Amino acid sequence: MTTQTPPSTAPAAPATDTPTGLIGIPAHLGRALATGGSALAVVSTFLAWTWTAEFPGDLTVYGYPGGLQVLVLVGGALATLLGLSSYGVRGLGWLTPAGGDAALKYATLGTFATAWYTVLAISFDLGGLVNLEPGGYVVAAATLIALVGALALPFERPEPDPFDPDDTGWERFKHESGHRWATVRAAFTSHSPGPVRALPSYVEILIIVAVLALALVVFTYGIGTEYDELFVGFLITAGFGFSALNRSGLIAHASQITARHQNITVCGAFVAAACFPFTQTDDQYATLGVYILIFATVALGLNIVVGLAGLLDLGYVAFLGVGAYAAALVSGSPSSPLGVHFPFWAAVLVGAVASLIFGVLIGAPTLRLRGDYLAIVTLGFGEIFRIAVNNTDGTSGPDITNGSNGIASIPDLNILGFDLGIQHDIAGFTIGRFANYFFLMLVITAVVVLVFRRSGDSRIGRAWVAIREDETAALAMGINGFRVKLIAFAVGATLAGLAGTVQAHVTYTVTPEQYLFAGTTPPNSAFLLAAVVLGGMGTIAGPLIGAALLFLIPNKLQFLGDYQLLAFGLALVLLMRFRPEGLIPNRRRKLEFHEEADAPTVLSKTGA
Amino acid sequence: MTTDTTTKDTSPGASAPGTTVLDARGVTMRFGGLTAVRDVDLTVSSGEIVGLIGPNGAGKTTFFNCLTGLYIPTEGEVRYKGQVLPPKSFKVTAAGIARTFQNIRLFGNMTVLENVLVGRHTRTKEGFWSAVLRGPGFHKAEAASRERATELLEFVGLGAKADHLARNLPYGEQRKLEIARALASEPGLLLLDEPTAGMNPQETRAAEELIFAIRDRGTAVLVIEHDMRFIFNLCDRVAVLVQGQKLVEGDAATVQGDERVIAAYIGEPLENDPGAAEAAEVEAAEAAAEATTDAAPGKENDR
Repeated sequence: MTTQTPPSTAPAAPATDTPTGLIGIPAHLGRALATGGSALAVVSTFLAWTWTAEFPGDLTVYGYPGGLQVLVLVGGALATLLGLSSYGVRGLGWLTPAGGDAALKYATLGTFATAWYTVLAISFDLGGLVNLEPGGYVVAAATLIALVGALALPFERPEPDPFDPDDTGWERFKHESGHRWATVRAAFTSHSPGPVRALPSYVEILIIVAVLALALVVFTYGIGTEYDELFVGFLITAGFGFSALNRSGLIAHASQITARHQNITVCGAFVAAACFPFTQTDDQYATLGVYILIFATVALGLNIVVGLAGLLDLGYVAFLGVGAYAAALVSGSPSSPLGVHFPFWAAVLVGAVASLIFGVLIGAPTLRLRGDYLAIVTLGFGEIFRIAVNNTDGTSGPDITNGSNGIASIPDLNILGFDLGIQHDIAGFTIGRFANYFFLMLVITAVVVLVFRRSGDSRIGRAWVAIREDETAALAMGINGFRVKLIAFAVGATLAGLAGTVQAHVTYTVTPEQYLFAGTTPPNSAFLLAAVVLGGMGTIAGPLIGAALLFLIPNKLQFLGDYQLLAFGLALVLLMRFRPEGLIPNRRRKLEFHEEADAPTVLSKTGA
Repeated sequence: MTTDTTTKDTSPGASAPGTTVLDARGVTMRFGGLTAVRDVDLTVSSGEIVGLIGPNGAGKTTFFNCLTGLYIPTEGEVRYKGQVLPPKSFKVTAAGIARTFQNIRLFGNMTVLENVLVGRHTRTKEGFWSAVLRGPGFHKAEAASRERATELLEFVGLGAKADHLARNLPYGEQRKLEIARALASEPGLLLLDEPTAGMNPQETRAAEELIFAIRDRGTAVLVIEHDMRFIFNLCDRVAVLVQGQKLVEGDAATVQGDERVIAAYIGEPLENDPGAAEAAEVEAAEAAAEATTDAAPGKENDR
């Protein structure tokens, strides 16, 4: 079970001449270099890096870090703290419950990558190294020194496999490069930390609040990045910083604490999300917030179908479309042929019920089948929906949906006299149109999260997981497979329809081209599925984070342009190769993909 | 084993001893031109342990699948407590026949307790709305299910491992868990498909005691097995299936003494044995293979 490599650092025979780290510097010197270099990098962010304010973010000011300098400052500070903690400085031990070396490597690597990316971006944007001020050189040197120092830290080397003396040169090369790769990987791994000791519950709740506040700050910063370079830098720093904290064992400890207070964590997360509009001064980024939330909510609904019940649905966006069109038709829009104006609650009901009906209609004939048939049928349904909506324009078919022009100028919602279309001033904060919709959408998200959590942990949820694990055995346990799968499918469809009713009002217009299988803008079926898979199937946080990333990256990185889908495909392939369980792995899924991984409840020695 | 504590409470699916629980009449199963099971009669009374033995390919598992609704018999019918079995396996389980599988089919990524809770599915009713709204009825039913599942885990001796993932259990315990999961559906008849396959002698003995304990709870048991010693120790009655037909049925002594059974197992060809030519061919090929490769195959696992 526990295939953790035994702690045989192999200092026995060949240790005299082989270095203990990846780079042949004595470990104590390496540690000093890593810590000192990181500290120097922190200092250097207070210097000017370039002479002109032409590079975005204004890096010319002494004593006041701006733009990318802030990111380097954060990375450097993290690396310094980890370095001090690995020295055993009193009061910092909690930072590295799983050992600080691997975390320090990640932190210095992240700082190095961000700093060098900045320096190179300055040189390329402005045309030459000459544009760097001394501060730029200092930060480049400091982060490089820190990285070199960190790489010299000792780690457990994997035992080299003996190779066959009859091997050809090519086979030997493969063998050796495989071993080298394993060594590099070993340098960046750490043990899993022990259980966190019980703290007083108010301390634990404070920790949860701190974690959520940090998440809100990071997310708000990411949404608010104003130019490509800053967003790339943000991704680098956030990615490596997260990895560093993960390796240090802090993430594991934090998740143990949040698991003890699940309800508080969920409520706190919603409070944190509700704080988001108050951090925004104009509607520009609040808009992004609403769109991300719509996308994430639909992804979470899909997660019930895919993550829990294991039904591959490739046309899920069509249910969002059904809900949106149903709401648009009864919204009182001038281009709606129905010409009725339902109140919001009735429109929501209509949208959800319409999606439910379509879900049952699609599910009933196909869910009797197993395996990939469902994927093909749902893929077909997604396209049929779009084409049918395109054709019911009065010329090719009955006049229902106004064809490719869609249903335009959908009026803003008015809930109990509260007009969501105009600005409101609440307690000194101005809440704009998109912030209004953000709050409404947050309610829908809460409904979806509630349904996901409660149904997942119940008789029906266990039946879903059982069907996913082994359908024959589940049937033999008395589970009516068809019925249970149909419920999952219908619930997923209804939740998407619910989100669709709000989406129609947020976007003013619904057109068939919003509901493609694959496109450059989320939400579409491929991106929804990708958000679920990337984030982590069967979790709540996973699809939310996956959706946020998948929305922000194409939105922020305008320079990707036409290569967006190519980059997206490449990223997916890499992710599936190296982390198939997603960014936030579900306990079950992680074990499914990594047979050798440590089980969360490790067996006692009775079996061995 | 932890049998003594829980044998008192009989399982709710139990019926008075002596009544016929399972009554299979003239069950025939054809796949195209191949007749896997031909005209087999078998009855199981409550409080009885019946064994089903036969050489490889005799149709034991096919017959089992006919009893559990995975296959619908081409001819004949299977009655459980007087009712003809429905043709869907989940309805058969709901009616009161639970089974285990020859190759263990646990839900590996669920915990041990969750596996047993899945087995409770037919005996609970909470649907989707109940799960989302979480009324008082939901909590009561959930608590009752958990209590019952924990009790069953104690019964099979896995009480301490309720939170482990099923896949992390050692082999013998996975078998026990499969039995606990089947028992969770409160069956009147438990079908065990090779429950001791791959077990060492101690584990086999433990399994024997467990099956006796299940019988004492009032659940009738039908066992398929290869291990002769195990089956003759365990069963009140043994039926021998050879080439899809029932050869003999009776108590251990009768079956052990029957020369046709010995012939079927030792390999003396029956009259007009249709498989003889192929068997000889296979044997010859095996012999040739053994002559060329010196890797002597371990014969201890006869699957």
